[in-house]
Amino acid sequence: MESTVKISTENDLDRQVHVVAKKEFNKVNIIMPILVIIPIITFILSFTVGRYGISAGEIMKIFISKLLGLPANWSANVETVIFKVRIPRILAAMLVGAALSMSGAAYQGLFKNPMISPDILGASAGAGFGAAVGILFSFGIAGIQLSSFLFGIGAVVLTFIISSIVGKGNNAVLVLVLTGMVVSTLFSSFISMTKYLADPNSKLPAITFWLMGGLSTIGISDVKVILIPIIAGSVPLILLRWKLNVLSFGEEEANALGVDTRKIRAVIIICSTLLTAASVSICGMIGWVGLIIPHLARMIVGPNYKVLLPASFLIGSTFLLVVDDVARSAFSLEIPLGILTSLIGAPFFLYLLLKGKKGWI
Amino acid sequence: MKLEVKNAICGYGTKKVVENISLCVKSGEILCLLGPNGVGKTTFFKSILGFLKLLDGEILLNDESIKKWSKVKLARVIGYVPQAHTPPFPFTVIDVVTMGRTAHLGMFASPSNEDRQIAEEALETMCISFLKDRIYTEISGGERQMVLIARALTQNPEILIMDEPTANLDFGNQIRVLEQINRLSKNGLGVIMTSHFPDHAFLCSTKVALMQRGNVFKVGSVDEIVTEENLKSAYGIDVKIASTVNDKGGVIRSCIPLIS
Repeated sequence: MESTVKISTENDLDRQVHVVAKKEFNKVNIIMPILVIIPIITFILSFTVGRYGISAGEIMKIFISKLLGLPANWSANVETVIFKVRIPRILAAMLVGAALSMSGAAYQGLFKNPMISPDILGASAGAGFGAAVGILFSFGIAGIQLSSFLFGIGAVVLTFIISSIVGKGNNAVLVLVLTGMVVSTLFSSFISMTKYLADPNSKLPAITFWLMGGLSTIGISDVKVILIPIIAGSVPLILLRWKLNVLSFGEEEANALGVDTRKIRAVIIICSTLLTAASVSICGMIGWVGLIIPHLARMIVGPNYKVLLPASFLIGSTFLLVVDDVARSAFSLEIPLGILTSLIGAPFFLYLLLKGKKGWI
Repeated sequence: MKLEVKNAICGYGTKKVVENISLCVKSGEILCLLGPNGVGKTTFFKSILGFLKLLDGEILLNDESIKKWSKVKLARVIGYVPQAHTPPFPFTVIDVVTMGRTAHLGMFASPSNEDRQIAEEALETMCISFLKDRIYTEISGGERQMVLIARALTQNPEILIMDEPTANLDFGNQIRVLEQINRLSKNGLGVIMTSHFPDHAFLCSTKVALMQRGNVFKVGSVDEIVTEENLKSAYGIDVKIASTVNDKGGVIRSCIPLIS
């Protein structure tokens, strides 16, 4: 009983679409290497950006001599600018961009919604509040960062606990998002409260400035410190990326396909929270990156997390690095990074929406 | 393979939705589950698939209770075909079908070429290889249903659970899906499916279960269950069952609702 199933399609049109899709699949094999090369080039070029001019050739020469252990034949100023100022900043920008983009991409799959950003469960608002408290009580830089990181994680834990009480296991994803919104709002009002209590001459501007986000005070030790949570968060995400595909089909289907959704969801939330809290703790609230980069990546490589997650990582790191380069060099006064990402991000997102193929959003 | 449900009580939390369900499906059998809207068919399915805990009773696979089975172990035996829907992201058809391999992959693994091969074979089995590189969100409802069946096949299950596989399909596609289901069961799959058309029971099932309000549950052969009296009592409408003869001389029966 051999039946041919051909469902309401025209042969020619089919073949045409088939060819187009085939091309697109092959495109990924070409695009991925490009996505790897672009951040490397941007990384090198970023050293040339800034008040103190150093040419790309000189940078390359210095790097090569450093690598080969050749004697230094450049000035101490150049040494300081490159290794004390620019390296930490460039690395931090790349790490934060990559971290936020990956956690955004993971959350969009987990919550089956392309409109979701990494702060949905309260990580950013919590971390913001933690920093505000740290500034209010004059904790010092390391203290502020630690308090911010811990409050970021604490906010998500709170969301998780409340949602499991409210949801009783039903509709877990929706309840999580709603609770996350409540917790975010709660922590935002806590931030306002801290601001209200803060000394308007010293503490208030410090809090406000911190919340705008920026990397101007970053040192190499900060980079080392956030490297741990960022690696701890991104490695499991990369390893679990196939499961994200399955999760984006919804809890029940993922279950039926053999994914222990409760366990995987918890792991993904822990990892994304580590990434977001670590990012916010060293550079403040950086909006938009976690929302738009996954979209951009999806437009370029398609929705399969097997490539989407690494692509988000690469594109995110490049994006934030470029924006930070602009932030520190475009005007004589440095623009806070958080403002600039929104300023660039919003129109860029509109552009993506306008240009985007139907269905790729 | 034999799936057996014994005196199951299914529901949410402490709220019982259906009670006293007992049935059995073996490899090669198709059980068609009929019943009016809201009677608890979906709740029952969710319980078999392990989304909901049974309030009482048990579900056995080859005489072994599945209560303690992990999701992966269950997914290797029971495949689930949900109603065709639109996911939020525009995956290609081959990606969607390959997702059926998840239960056979390690925790951190992504599908290999071999898994992709199995997915392509499943597409071939369903005669939809031409959809391979199309975007899942852009194909028609009937095509999507076929893709979801193909995905369940890559799971390599022995029992297939299908939630209204013919919902939202046009007349022709409904029958094409039923033909495929018949073919799969001939190849040894056990199938449990729900339908809103008693006719579908005549077309392909070996067994029929009828769920009615007030926890009336009947299982039996098509001729025993799909009767004028049973349909009247389940759906509250008058139905005549008519017989015709097909080209090969076989008797085909169908239900004709009577409008007052």
